Amino acid sequence: MAHKIIKKQQLSENVFTVDVKAPLIAEARKPGQFVIVGLDAEIGERIPLTIAGADTEKGTIRLVWQRVGKTTAQMSELNIGDEMGYIAGPLGTPTHIEKFGKVVCVGGGIGNAPLLPIARALKDAGNEIVTVLGARTKNLLILEEDFASISDELIIVTDDGSCGRKALVTEPLEEICKQSPKPDLAMVIGPAIMMKFCSEVTRKYDVPTQVSLNTIMVDGTGMCGGCRVEVGGETKFVCVDGPEFDGHQVDFDQMMKRQAAYKDLEKKAYEQYQHKCRIGLDANNNK
Amino acid sequence: MTDDKKLLQELLEKHNNGDLKPKERYEIPPQGMPAQDATERRDNIDEVATGYTETQARLEALRCLQCKNAPCVAGCPVKIKIKDFVSAIADGQYQQALEIIKENSLLPSVCGRVCPQEVQCQEKCTVAKRFKDVDKAVAIGRLERFVADWGEENDSTPKIAPPTGKKVAVIGSGPGGVVVATDCRRAGHDVTVFEAFHKPGGVLVYGIPEFRLPKAIVEREIKGLEKMGVKFECNFIVGRTRTVKQLLEEDGFDAAYIGVGAGLPRFMNIEGEQLVGVYSANEYLTRANLMKAYQFGEGADTPIAVSKKVAVLGGGNVAMDAARTAVRLGAEEVYLIYRRSEAEMPARVEEVHHAKEEGIIFKTLQNPKRILGDGDGYVKSLECLKYELGEPDDSGRRRPVPIEGSEFEIDVDTVIVAIGNGANPLIGQTTPGLEMNKWGNIVVDEDCKTSLDGVYAGGDIVLGAATVILAMGQGRIAAAAMNDYLKD
Repeated sequence: MAHKIIKKQQLSENVFTVDVKAPLIAEARKPGQFVIVGLDAEIGERIPLTIAGADTEKGTIRLVWQRVGKTTAQMSELNIGDEMGYIAGPLGTPTHIEKFGKVVCVGGGIGNAPLLPIARALKDAGNEIVTVLGARTKNLLILEEDFASISDELIIVTDDGSCGRKALVTEPLEEICKQSPKPDLAMVIGPAIMMKFCSEVTRKYDVPTQVSLNTIMVDGTGMCGGCRVEVGGETKFVCVDGPEFDGHQVDFDQMMKRQAAYKDLEKKAYEQYQHKCRIGLDANNNK
Repeated sequence: MTDDKKLLQELLEKHNNGDLKPKERYEIPPQGMPAQDATERRDNIDEVATGYTETQARLEALRCLQCKNAPCVAGCPVKIKIKDFVSAIADGQYQQALEIIKENSLLPSVCGRVCPQEVQCQEKCTVAKRFKDVDKAVAIGRLERFVADWGEENDSTPKIAPPTGKKVAVIGSGPGGVVVATDCRRAGHDVTVFEAFHKPGGVLVYGIPEFRLPKAIVEREIKGLEKMGVKFECNFIVGRTRTVKQLLEEDGFDAAYIGVGAGLPRFMNIEGEQLVGVYSANEYLTRANLMKAYQFGEGADTPIAVSKKVAVLGGGNVAMDAARTAVRLGAEEVYLIYRRSEAEMPARVEEVHHAKEEGIIFKTLQNPKRILGDGDGYVKSLECLKYELGEPDDSGRRRPVPIEGSEFEIDVDTVIVAIGNGANPLIGQTTPGLEMNKWGNIVVDEDCKTSLDGVYAGGDIVLGAATVILAMGQGRIAAAAMNDYLKD
């Protein structure tokens, strides 16, 4: 099945988004679900990416990724009209959407992308949406305009104060939890460390909290178990039992270790890839 | 002329005259399987067993007594006419031998390699009975492989009935699905095989390693199906991309076969299983086989642990595959830890033998109690208990009983859990009305029909963990029933 890139945008220095043809997935997907992307069926690796949106009429899904290693760097080189290898999905259990009342949505970094369709669905279900978006610095903040259109209140924070408040997301989150009435639900998606600290904040105020985990996966259908994580003392598979779990129950510390299991190997592969690219450029310059 | 060839010539002369007596057949030495040297093969992924020569194959075939009642056939899940194809090999009629096999089995090059013949056809062999040694049975599996490999170049596409206008969905492209696809296509139906992975073949490509079943063989079988007009849709997850109901009600399929395997790895549920370095055998083998992690950094992009000391937990064929893969990936020491004794190991004798030859250290009557970490989230060691065998349990095997206070530690950096798979819940969860048992396996009748009309199932998702040939046997039954169902 051909997965042609219809639209491409660079959201920040290392974050890219595409609208890519995948009509069956566009039709079937629900908020909270993800796909597995592979660039090459012979030698490529399979990487899970959350679906940031879909257009069933055009038959496209929106993917957002951060350039962190060889495969994501290769993906970033692709342009409109290029084929995106293979895409399998939608995977994972969709977000449970209902009218909870007041929902605080917290997004960090690239986590804003998967958060967006969930926040939109929660809004459509009649919830009051208070959104907190965080980034290290202004240039890394993504999708704030999309969130502005669906949030009853939008708070932006950056680590360096270059946009919005100079704070971590936990700070406004805690203020919101202290308000009366307190939120009925917190939906938190971002780096593991951010989800961990947000969950610690909401735990204090007894605010139910959903986090969406992005662990290492191979098949994404429950077959390998590589994505497993301990939730409430039980082993869960992120790909089929998740990706969303009760943030108060997740063992984030061990999960972060597992996420970094191939860090050194991947770093080496990325360096080799970048080195090859540079050699390629030099060769062209010499012509 | 070599001694072997001379012997064959003498025997053939008598055989052709009808003078070869059973006593003389018993005296023919059983032909060993040529294999790569154990020290050499530790460093490559090439096939271990290299296959019979023509002389070996004919000598081995002459060992067959051609028993009237052919007890071997009763031991074969797909009832291959073993006596007849072996006789054809003895006569040098390889094409005929292949055709006889193909009447019942569609993947002889696969089955000849991975079937547990010693508990099937060869267990029933009269020659084995005579010697009271199953290893001395006529080597039916090796003969099957010999003709299949011989036929590699002269394979012919089976005849296909005129189009029926009926559409069949085959969910899962493993051995069972491949059989259903072939049989339904032969009957003239329009067949599409849906595969969740990016390559077809199921367990034959992600699970069974290259050194036991070269991927080129599986690819050839898949290509053969494509030549017949079977369509493959990879990266298609039935239950997610489309549901079974959608396929049948909206996409025009008239019948479906569910052969998705039992893809949900079991863990031991012991302390430390979330540590970095603990793998399910599924994950380890998928990374190594399908994703080619052995070429990481030299072409392939999927990494795998760089291990020095590996413990594999379990005693089945998958455990052997994982242990032998770890050796090839460069592990210095590989332990296989199994809680019963070697006699109870479910793995094939040949696999155990190969594993030992390759230096895998067997630790039987031992079982892990917990996995210890290094304080930084990585596996450091395994704490085990020693076991002894007690009274037989429900499976008829003597129950392993832990010896109190026998704890000891083994230093390892990688642990591979190979204790089997549960049923993957995806299809069940997304197919209302599909009856399942308490373990999540799909319930079928003797025709492999499920509780839903037009929906059939077989292989591991029905049987729990089974074998390639059992999945193929069920595929056979299901396809016959489906073809029957589609007549109306």
